[in-house]
Amino acid sequence: MMWQPEAETMSRKGIEELQLAKLKKTVKNCYDNVPHYRKKLDEAGVNPDMIKTLDDIRYLPFTTKEDLRLNYPFGMFAAPMKDIVRVHASSGTTGLPTVVGYTRHDLDVWSDIVARFIVAAGVTDEDIAQISFGYGLFTGALGLHYGLEKVGATVIPVSSGNTERQIKLMKDFGTTVLISTPTYAMYISETAKKLGYTKDDFKLRIGLFGSEGCSIEMRSQIEDGLGVFATDNYGLSELMGPGIAGECEYREGMHIAEDHFYAEIIDPNTGEVLPKGSTGELVLTSLSREGIPVLRYRTKDITRIDYEPCKCGRTHARMAKTMGRSDDMLKIKGVNVFPTQIESAILGVDGISPNYQIVVRRQNYMDNIEVKVEVVDGSLLERFGELENLQKKIQKQILVVLGLDCKVTLCSPMTIERFQGKAKRVVDLRFTQEEK
Amino acid sequence: MYVKQISVFIENKFGRLADITGCIAEHGIDIRAMSLADTTDFGILRLIVDKPYEAEKILKDNSFTVSMTSVIAVGIDDKPGELARAIRVLSDGGVSVEYLYAFVSREAGRASVIIRVDDGDKAVELLTSNGIKFLSDTDIADM
Repeated sequence: MMWQPEAETMSRKGIEELQLAKLKKTVKNCYDNVPHYRKKLDEAGVNPDMIKTLDDIRYLPFTTKEDLRLNYPFGMFAAPMKDIVRVHASSGTTGLPTVVGYTRHDLDVWSDIVARFIVAAGVTDEDIAQISFGYGLFTGALGLHYGLEKVGATVIPVSSGNTERQIKLMKDFGTTVLISTPTYAMYISETAKKLGYTKDDFKLRIGLFGSEGCSIEMRSQIEDGLGVFATDNYGLSELMGPGIAGECEYREGMHIAEDHFYAEIIDPNTGEVLPKGSTGELVLTSLSREGIPVLRYRTKDITRIDYEPCKCGRTHARMAKTMGRSDDMLKIKGVNVFPTQIESAILGVDGISPNYQIVVRRQNYMDNIEVKVEVVDGSLLERFGELENLQKKIQKQILVVLGLDCKVTLCSPMTIERFQGKAKRVVDLRFTQEEK
Repeated sequence: MYVKQISVFIENKFGRLADITGCIAEHGIDIRAMSLADTTDFGILRLIVDKPYEAEKILKDNSFTVSMTSVIAVGIDDKPGELARAIRVLSDGGVSVEYLYAFVSREAGRASVIIRVDDGDKAVELLTSNGIKFLSDTDIADM
């Protein structure tokens, strides 16, 4: 099923023509209405008329989170405040929040692109959808909320937290679709099990998980635990929120809403645009955004894009699950390591829980990693050797995937911190004094 | 013959043993015997208690990794050579001991030995035919 078949199956030529027309308009809008862009373009010696082909986008300077912060709160808005009907902001943990504004048209586009991946996952107007994302300035909850309402599903805006209540409502209301971060879905599943429920106590059939990466191994564990078919989607508030890309039923990459966003892959170190199919940092330009148009935004997410049409019939290019963030990338003994690689190495191992933590330390000028996992399988306690074998097995898996030796620490269940929002999987102690 | 043994995964971390033992103590469970070898990062705590099913549930509810298995429990006279005799019976019969631990019982002059072997049924047969007495879960509970 497709929500907007005409847009979603457009020919490559059609997509590119539309993108070029919209790009020209967007650049002009930025130049005319946002002083920040006018200044940056002038400094770079670029004027909107220089955009003759899509490739000409590379003349434009990049936009970063820092640019949005410098123009806090509304300096990057291109539409007058009377036309802005909603504001969202990303968390300000590393400084000022980044604030984005939406016109009525922006909200309409947004709910459509959310509806696309919702429908692609199989959701219909018969479904009852429980939104366990935290409501508020964060785009996740309201983004899904409006998309689901547009599709006609029954929305339960339960928000995050109070897991036991979540589970009760899930059972009593006959929830069929769960919307949360993958980490929280995992936590819900563990808690339900602890409370004595099995997946047959629920009517869940679809899981729409997002706002943080989810490896295939983690996805299958959630699917088994809750009895759902789960899809992944991608978005960031600076560009819109969830819905920028989303998986279809084949789950071979997330279809980018190319009629509304132009995607590039660059080398995060040099800023150079990489050839199609390369792995690098995703850079996005909004093509339909009125409230806050964004030119060449550096997402810091590492991925690659496949432009081959998909088996599902959609022609929109598919981005791979993000392999990490260019600033989350750990360099250990000169090797580039993404936490997701460690995750995929350990999630296939039996006897441990899906929760893990990576601790990086520097001792005698040498980096070393410790991977903490929780032993949950009591049958391993028959012989001490079984536990040692488990430890060696995980160590070997990581060596195969990363080519790095690491220390594996077995812990008791529920001793690794749980998160209701995004998971913090890495503790890097190389540049800090460790507490004894 | 066989008695229930509780095994608990334990990290070598300050206070963990106190957590586990405290947790079962709170529920009025009496430990008859226990064994914990010195380890580097983690170990397995083996417990023989008066109420094994309750102990298993309580520990599980408190998020410990737990398993309950059957081990052989024999009662011998508390005097030199008695343990040696029992072990000799097993080794002569080709049964390997994986681990064992012993405790002196309240009944004067008797000791109890918990034995985990590779072939339980054969061990029972050998010990029985050599007149060695077994303890049951009831014996443990009544100690």
